[in-house]
Amino acid sequence: MPQTRTISFTLNGRPVNAEIEAHHTVVELLQERFALFGARESCGQGLCGCCTVKVDGEAVSGCLYLASFVDGASVDTIEGMATSGGLDPIQEAFIEAGAFQCGFCTSGFILMTQRLLEEHPDPTPDKIKSYLSGNLCRCGTYPEIIKAVQLASSKRRASKAAA
Amino acid sequence: MTTKMMPNRQVGRSVKRLESHSKVTGRAEYTHNLRLPGMLHTKIVRSTVAHGLIRAIDVEAAKQVPGVHAVITGEDVRKFIPQPYFGPAFHDQPILALDKVRYVGEAVVVVVASDPHIADQAAQLVVVDYEELPAVFDEIEAAKSDVYVHEELRPAGTFPDLKHLVGIRNTNIALDFSLTHGEPEKAFAEADHVFEHTFTTQQVMHTPFEPMISIGEPTHSGLTLHTASQSPSFVRIEIARLLGWPENKVRVKTGQLGGGFGAKLYIKLEALAAALALMLNAPVRVALTMEEQFYTITKHATTFHIRSGVTKDGRIVARDCDVWWNGGAYADIGPRVTQKSGFTAAGPYDIENVKIKSAAVYTNRPPAGALRGFGIPQLVWAYESHIDLIARELGIDPLEMRRKNILRNGRPQATGTIMKDAAIEQVLERTAERMNWSAPFDKGSGTRRRGRGIAIGFKASVAPTTSVAMVNIAADGSCSLYSSTVDMGQASETAMAQIVAEVLALETENIRVVRPDTDITPYDMATLGSRSTFHMGNAVRLAAEDAKQKLDELAREVGLTNASDVPLSQLFIKKYGMQAGNVIGVGTYIPPYKSPDKKTGQSDNATPFWMIGATGVELEVDTETGHVKLLRMVNVCDLGTPLNPKVVETQISGAAVMQIGFTMSEIMNFDAGQVTNASLADYKIPSFHDLPDLMENEAVDAEQTTGPFGAKGVGESSTFGVSPAIANAIQDAVGVRISSLPITPEAVYRAIAAADNRALEEE
Repeated sequence: MPQTRTISFTLNGRPVNAEIEAHHTVVELLQERFALFGARESCGQGLCGCCTVKVDGEAVSGCLYLASFVDGASVDTIEGMATSGGLDPIQEAFIEAGAFQCGFCTSGFILMTQRLLEEHPDPTPDKIKSYLSGNLCRCGTYPEIIKAVQLASSKRRASKAAA
Repeated sequence: MTTKMMPNRQVGRSVKRLESHSKVTGRAEYTHNLRLPGMLHTKIVRSTVAHGLIRAIDVEAAKQVPGVHAVITGEDVRKFIPQPYFGPAFHDQPILALDKVRYVGEAVVVVVASDPHIADQAAQLVVVDYEELPAVFDEIEAAKSDVYVHEELRPAGTFPDLKHLVGIRNTNIALDFSLTHGEPEKAFAEADHVFEHTFTTQQVMHTPFEPMISIGEPTHSGLTLHTASQSPSFVRIEIARLLGWPENKVRVKTGQLGGGFGAKLYIKLEALAAALALMLNAPVRVALTMEEQFYTITKHATTFHIRSGVTKDGRIVARDCDVWWNGGAYADIGPRVTQKSGFTAAGPYDIENVKIKSAAVYTNRPPAGALRGFGIPQLVWAYESHIDLIARELGIDPLEMRRKNILRNGRPQATGTIMKDAAIEQVLERTAERMNWSAPFDKGSGTRRRGRGIAIGFKASVAPTTSVAMVNIAADGSCSLYSSTVDMGQASETAMAQIVAEVLALETENIRVVRPDTDITPYDMATLGSRSTFHMGNAVRLAAEDAKQKLDELAREVGLTNASDVPLSQLFIKKYGMQAGNVIGVGTYIPPYKSPDKKTGQSDNATPFWMIGATGVELEVDTETGHVKLLRMVNVCDLGTPLNPKVVETQISGAAVMQIGFTMSEIMNFDAGQVTNASLADYKIPSFHDLPDLMENEAVDAEQTTGPFGAKGVGESSTFGVSPAIANAIQDAVGVRISSLPITPEAVYRAIAAADNRALEEE
């Protein structure tokens, strides 16, 4: 039988332990141990972005990133974005702009948008396109995603101004 | 976008998708997410040869791997299901290969294990010994070849018009549709000019992002299949047929689909999942990788010879269409694609003399089926490139050429059906207006040349076909809709809820839409070919109207004039004395249709409705690299009256983006039948960087008089014009004609070099 080991990490702000095998990826870890299905494997090569999660604040491809590497790290997934106060402004913006169809790629786009807006709070359309070019949408919802990112950017500015 | 709000402000409102919250929080319910207690996992061992006899299969080493529950071959399946062949048009596809294999990637053996990694590891230990046979890959070659992919044709009983093909041997032609309208030969002889061209399209794949998945679960009463399918009702019927069971022992449930585009129709993994679950008496998950999807279903490659007889002033008087569809090794729905698209192969023009031949051909490639347009984009590619070439030759403006020949309502189409509710002319004119066609256009200079092009296409909808819906009003007045239409991203759940809400004067957001589950939701043919808005929409409207009528009857029974006089909950209390009972409305919709005459292809009612789409493109070609930059794209469609304008616009835009991929970059490459680029690393789908700088979408002001609230199908129409509009614009820019898809920079560069008489090395 394959060797298992126990890792400890922070998942969406809460400390957790999990038993893993050496070949398990982060997507398998989240799906099989925590029933979190927001990060999902599609291309299996780290090209489509459907499996995006954040490890210590950096976006990674969860279908390639080994589970053992998150030992001691902080992992954030789409499921951790909404709070008891409601949806994150980025999630609201994606709904308002109608920025998804089948939805399979949406978690990845939303998490990458969060990273984008942390680095570039007021991105131009060209910046949005280049920053998000590692995420693919087979339904072709790209124009609406650009609008959603712009909307999210203004929502974040508005909520900062209010605070 | 055109918006027409209906009286209750539900239809015509840009309602946000009902499942929005689940999709932005990672909680959408895909079949992909399902885990059942004790569920086993699988890995399929696939054929390494394109055509060969199976001499021996050695599964012993794989069976020894700890954690492996079974290693199943085609012969094992045959012991359990004596006739293990499935398919919607032909019963030609075995659950696992039997006796021989017909393409590289065909499923031959499956390993079932407690863990997917164990299954994967053990699958590599299976050894299959083949005796290779000559193979045939090209559709034109296969039509004449003496290499036969199948020993004999096995049409399914489903379609009466395929019966004559039973048992035919020594052919690769699975269906040969022909149509004759007027007197084409005479008209060709009398025409001032005759133009003839050949266009080809490449084999491509849908690549839905949720890879195909089916889970079989044995139950005390039979079998449940959890499957990412666009056609749950078909799956139930076909699995029941394979097992020799009544339909009610098979339950088929779908989740939200992570994309479909035609890939998840009919039987894909369901028969294998069903057989394994029953053979092992355990839940079994069959899930593909992105790579494996390329070995499962694809879009037809085609060769289209087109010939037109034209008068001096540009009137098309005769057209001869000869279309060859590369169906791959199994027919899937290919024969239907061949026939249905055959109806409109001559284009949206008023041509009095037409001859069409459209043939589905078996080859040793992965099977081809339906992909967003059901064959139409391949046809429009040819006829809209052809008409541009004719216009150039005659010195007529491409828009004028189309105007001279456009097919108008009240005129017969090639099948003889009189056109109705088809805004072809309006779609063309709106495209031209938006493109500002009559104004001068900057053609660029130096190595950056600019051009523009337009193209228009149309499609007949699918028939014969049936949809059934149920509306259930609970005693508190809340309302649920039961329908087997599958939401794969097109927002059908939202659209159907809007129809119910409009009829019953409720809020769309309060309607509960019950997802397809054949134990609960009634029959629907399938979610395909842009049929749901029209067919299921009509059934849903009838169901809601039936419920409304029953509520009114209930009101009269309890002494009120009509149901809207009191809150609905009061009606039930007056009747039952408490919160009890319910009202169920049922609607069944079967559109009128007449199957075309087998000899002439003529029918006075060939389609329930017409779909129309046009695209205008402005682009820039870099003559030093062949690179094409899309500067502007205008997509205009006749979709009837949009039920949900915002979603409709996204559909127009998304379908056009997908077609940009099929036009500019996507191609399945083959080496001896082996797909050599079956991954998103090597098979290039559109990303942000492939979008046109500007994209505009419009639904013309139109009404489908027989549709629910004037609506009709949306999902495919904007795919029609994209490819030829781009090729036409390239010729406008640099004077070269590309006649094969995809239009890669290399193809453009080679064409430019050839036009300059510059010799380049072969590929």
